[in-house]
Amino acid sequence: MSQKQLPKEFYPLMEELQVVDFVLVELTLYLDTHPNDTAAIQQFNEAAYYRHQLVPQVEQYLGPLQQFGNSYSGYPWNWNEAPWPWQL
Amino acid sequence: MWVYEKKLQYPVKVGTCNPMLAKFLIEQYGGADGELSAALRYLNQRYSIPDEVIGLLTDIGTEEFAHLEMIATMVFKLTKDATADQMKEAGLGAHYANHDNALYYENAAGVPWTASYINAKGDPIADLYEDIAAEEKARATYQWIIDMSDDPDLNDGLKFLREREIVHSQRFREAVEILKEERDRQKIF
Repeated sequence: MSQKQLPKEFYPLMEELQVVDFVLVELTLYLDTHPNDTAAIQQFNEAAYYRHQLVPQVEQYLGPLQQFGNSYSGYPWNWNEAPWPWQL
Repeated sequence: MWVYEKKLQYPVKVGTCNPMLAKFLIEQYGGADGELSAALRYLNQRYSIPDEVIGLLTDIGTEEFAHLEMIATMVFKLTKDATADQMKEAGLGAHYANHDNALYYENAAGVPWTASYINAKGDPIADLYEDIAAEEKARATYQWIIDMSDDPDLNDGLKFLREREIVHSQRFREAVEILKEERDRQKIF
C-alpha cells in the first residue's frame, strides 16, 4: 500500500469542507421535518454556495472528489489515485 | 442513484494499533444496531412510507453509509499493522483464520450480518418507532465502546457518531409527529 503524501495545505481545506458539509447535513435533516423554516433554507443555500467555492480548492490537491461527471478529470485519469479517505 | 465522495464525513484518527478495540467496534459495522443495518433499514422503508418522510429516510440512510465508512476506517487503522499473534491475543484469532486482516460484516462476537436484524412492517408508525429504537440502541453501543476505549483520538470520532444517533432519533420522532398530525387531520373531515 503506497502512501502518497498530500501537501500540508490540503488538510485545513479538507477540514473546512467537512465543516461546511456538517452544516449542510444538519440543515438537510432539519429541513426534512421543518420545510417552512425560511431562515434555515437561507442558511442552507448560503452554505451550499460556499461549498461550491471550496470544492475546486480541495480538488486542486486531492483530484476529483466525486465521479459520474460531478468533478472534472485531470490527465492521466486521476480518480483512482491514492490516497483514499481511509489512507489519509 | 448514489454518488460516492472521496472524503470522510468526519476525520478519523487512531492513537495506536489496537485490534481489541477493533473487535468491539465491528459491532457497529456488521452488528444488529450497526451502521450497515441502519442504512439498509431506512433506505428499504422508503418505498412503502408516506411521501412526507421519504426525504428524511433517504438522507439519514445515506448518512449511515458515511458512518459505515468511518467505522471501516477505524477498524482498518486499528488492525492494519497487527501481527497474527496480536490478532490472536485480541480475540480475533477466529477472524484472522478466515479473513486475515480483511474487514467482514460481523458483530463483536463474530456472527455474520443477517437481514433478520432489520424489519419492514409496512406500517409507518411501527417502522419509524423501530428506527427511533435503532438509533437509541446504536447510541448506547457507542457509549459502551467509548467506556472501554482508552484511545482519545478514536473516542473523538466515536463521540461524533454517538451525537449523530441522537440527532437522527430526534428527526425520526418529529417524523412520527408529522404522520400523527396528518392522520388526525384526516379524521376531522
